[in-house]
Amino acid sequence: MMEKLFKTLSFMSATLVMVLLASIFISLFNSAKPAIDEFGIGFIKEKEWGKEVPIDNPVSTVVDTTEQKKVEPAPASDDSLEALLGGGNDDTPMKTIYGGFIPIVGTLLSTLIAMAFALPIAMGIAVFLAEIAPKKISNVVGIAIELLAAIPSIIFGMWGLFYFAPLVQELVGGYQVSLLTAGLVLGVMILPFMAAITRDSMKTTPDVLKESAYALGATKFEVIRDIIFPYSKAGIIGSIILALGRALGETMAVAFLIGSVFSLPSALNSPTVSIPVAMANSFGEATGMKTSALFYLAFLLFIISFSVISVAKFYFLRKDK
Amino acid sequence: MPIMSVEDFSFTYAAAPARSLNSINLPIKKNSITSLIGPSGCGKSTLLRSLNRMHDLYTNNEYEGRLMLLNETTLEMENILDIKKENEFIQLRQRVGMIFQKPTPFPMSIFDNVAYGLRLSGIKNKTELKDRVEDALKGSALFGEVSDRLNKSAMGLSGGQQQRLCIARAVALKPELLLFDEPTSALDPISTAAIEELIVELKKDVSVAIVTHNMQQASRISDYTAFMYLGDLIEYGETEQIFLNPREKKTEDYITGRFG
Amino acid sequence: MRLLLNKIVLLLSTLSALIGLAFLAWILFTLIGKGLSSLHFSLFLNDLIDGGLRNLIVGQFIMAGIASLIGIPVGMMAGIYLQEYGRGRYVRFIRDLSDIMMSAPSIVIGAFVYAIVVVPMHGTSGIAGSIALSIMMIPIVINTTDNMLSLVPRELREAGIALGASKSRVIVDIIIKAAKVGIMTGLLLSFARIIGETAPLLFTSETSNYFSVNLTEAYPSLTVSIYALANDPTSSSRDLAWAASFILTMMVLMINLLGRYITRKKG
Ligand SMILES: Nc1ncnc2c1ncn2[C@@H]1O[C@H](COP(=O)(O)OP(=O)(O)OP(=O)(O)O)[C@@H](O)[C@H]1O
Ligand SMILES: [Mg+2]
Repeated sequence: MMEKLFKTLSFMSATLVMVLLASIFISLFNSAKPAIDEFGIGFIKEKEWGKEVPIDNPVSTVVDTTEQKKVEPAPASDDSLEALLGGGNDDTPMKTIYGGFIPIVGTLLSTLIAMAFALPIAMGIAVFLAEIAPKKISNVVGIAIELLAAIPSIIFGMWGLFYFAPLVQELVGGYQVSLLTAGLVLGVMILPFMAAITRDSMKTTPDVLKESAYALGATKFEVIRDIIFPYSKAGIIGSIILALGRALGETMAVAFLIGSVFSLPSALNSPTVSIPVAMANSFGEATGMKTSALFYLAFLLFIISFSVISVAKFYFLRKDK
Repeated sequence: MPIMSVEDFSFTYAAAPARSLNSINLPIKKNSITSLIGPSGCGKSTLLRSLNRMHDLYTNNEYEGRLMLLNETTLEMENILDIKKENEFIQLRQRVGMIFQKPTPFPMSIFDNVAYGLRLSGIKNKTELKDRVEDALKGSALFGEVSDRLNKSAMGLSGGQQQRLCIARAVALKPELLLFDEPTSALDPISTAAIEELIVELKKDVSVAIVTHNMQQASRISDYTAFMYLGDLIEYGETEQIFLNPREKKTEDYITGRFG
Repeated sequence: MRLLLNKIVLLLSTLSALIGLAFLAWILFTLIGKGLSSLHFSLFLNDLIDGGLRNLIVGQFIMAGIASLIGIPVGMMAGIYLQEYGRGRYVRFIRDLSDIMMSAPSIVIGAFVYAIVVVPMHGTSGIAGSIALSIMMIPIVINTTDNMLSLVPRELREAGIALGASKSRVIVDIIIKAAKVGIMTGLLLSFARIIGETAPLLFTSETSNYFSVNLTEAYPSLTVSIYALANDPTSSSRDLAWAASFILTMMVLMINLLGRYITRKKG
């Protein structure tokens, strides 16, 4: 009896994981449905966010999905400010356009900057921890790096806004809140995570293999390049992709810095917005189609990070021998 | 004339409370095979790994005494414990090769495995590389089996083939001394026989020191045998004498299987 | 040439480690400097409405605590299933899904809980925040339990069964005990992970200026308030944000170090 209950409970708990993931998928999709119906796939290349247009004259990209032109009357305009800015005259029926292009680009670019910044340093740290430092130093520095990884991301955001961004601004000019500073702070945040898991991958290289190379007269660098990297290649790439996945979905480290404005960044040091930040800053007050559009973004983000992580897991980090 | 002469040599691991080797004296003679035998934990591997200073990959281990290696050009003995610079270490390891218990093919092609050390030592010329790789593979009795798949991954070879590949990889550098640490203990009897044959064959060009737990193997292939016990060298002599007529009681007990 | 290249690479790598350490030091010193100068004992006695942090700290702990009450048993049971009961493809499938869920963006979890809890309940609530955190926690606990149980030698299980104990008894009395230290550490680390979360709470619990034990209304959260306070232009708000950040980080790092200490001591 107890036995059966215990087993059933454990089975149900395990199955809950699947149920949860499926529910996340379904409920995000459902909540995004109005926006998906309204804007279709063209959403991802639509540059406007919250622009009022007359119903008969849809913005270019909506044309792609002309079948779905059974547009309902604009939802009683939720955002009075936008309504004012849109300046539509009361007679023509208006609707509000939401497009995901800018936050998607912002997400990708900030992640790209973060990776470009973090990757070389993280590899250096991993090599240092796995191969160069004497054991004691490696342990101490390793713990320090892991502690850095444990610091809540909101702290990175605050530190980034008040201390790191001003420094970057002094060095390269532009705005303190910008794609560049957001990307760099994001890079600092994923740096320890990437370093720690890359180190773990490198450490799987058997000692004898390294010793055989040393026994042929290889230098440390040659052992790292010819033995450790090829041997733990899959694990290292997997670690990098996991870090990439984390950067794509990170909210708080970016929220303080990216500026949260829906405009394409004209330069590295101008502000923009990313998907998580768009959600963080607009979700609370949004209603109607805007909420749905934000869910559409969340759904896209979920799909993207799901795919990225799956690639890392299935191609590179297969555990079972 | 010994190629290597171990003199009053002691060794202490950083992590160990006491010495693992106590004042060892032992010659390793040229163009012959010297086997190191003794019960588990007696320090055979520790001694062997001192001879190419493999311990230096890990910090704070302590060497005492002298490890004199014959310089074949000047015919003088040089103490390898004096080595401090990186390039001297590299040279030492090219002169004193090592083969491990488990085969250690690198994650690259068969050809690249054998060419690895050669490339490191600065040989770039394609034909020279090819010749030396082939020579090494032939010298290790492997060429016939792999000549049609030199560009395939070395991971696909059998355990015995992998071990011969590792020998070829070491031999390619034309070392003066080769160190084997239980090279056949992970292999089946047929592969073992092939490796034994190969080691005896190698003796023409290179001196060999081999650690083994297999008494028959030691008596079959080696010219000299050293018996170690708890970090001490108990007895050293010609293999025949050690096995047929040991001077020390401990040696006799060990080779007759009374302990160990 | 080879040696020079070797030297350069080793140097660069050491330099990277120094850069990493420098960032840690910079962030910690900023926190300590700004945090300590704004820290005052009265912060622990007053609620946010009176310029203190008491309700926020308590609220954050209560939500993380409730999340643990849900996440730990569910996660451990699931981990037990993966190691002890399940077989073959289903186990691998669930394990993969759990790994993926562990890396899912936390803001997306927030949006999900918004859709399934906040909308039906017509408002943000402590319950919604706790649920969001528990969803974050479950895969982490599964991962830890799974890994730690896999380290328990097979003989131990067989010895238990051979003595006539039922499988669930063996799991509870022997296997979990054998893996106790590792699991404890893992649980502490997962608690440290969720207590510092902001994104999943932003529109689930939101935050509140008042002390509250009513989990059906907007609930005080330290992290969400840090975000709000830091974006506030007044310097007193910012100081409060720094003090809160200092407290938060110290809590997270202490729990982390405690976890490591347990492993070191008993592992
Ligand atoms: N890295 C190390 N740190 C500390 N002590 C060590 C280390 N490696 C070996 N030892 C100790 O040194 C002694 C000799 O070990 P060694 O490996 O040389 O023995 P061995 O004769 O090769 O044994 P086996 O036949 O089992 O391979 C042992 O007591 C061992 O515990
Ligand atoms: Mg040994």
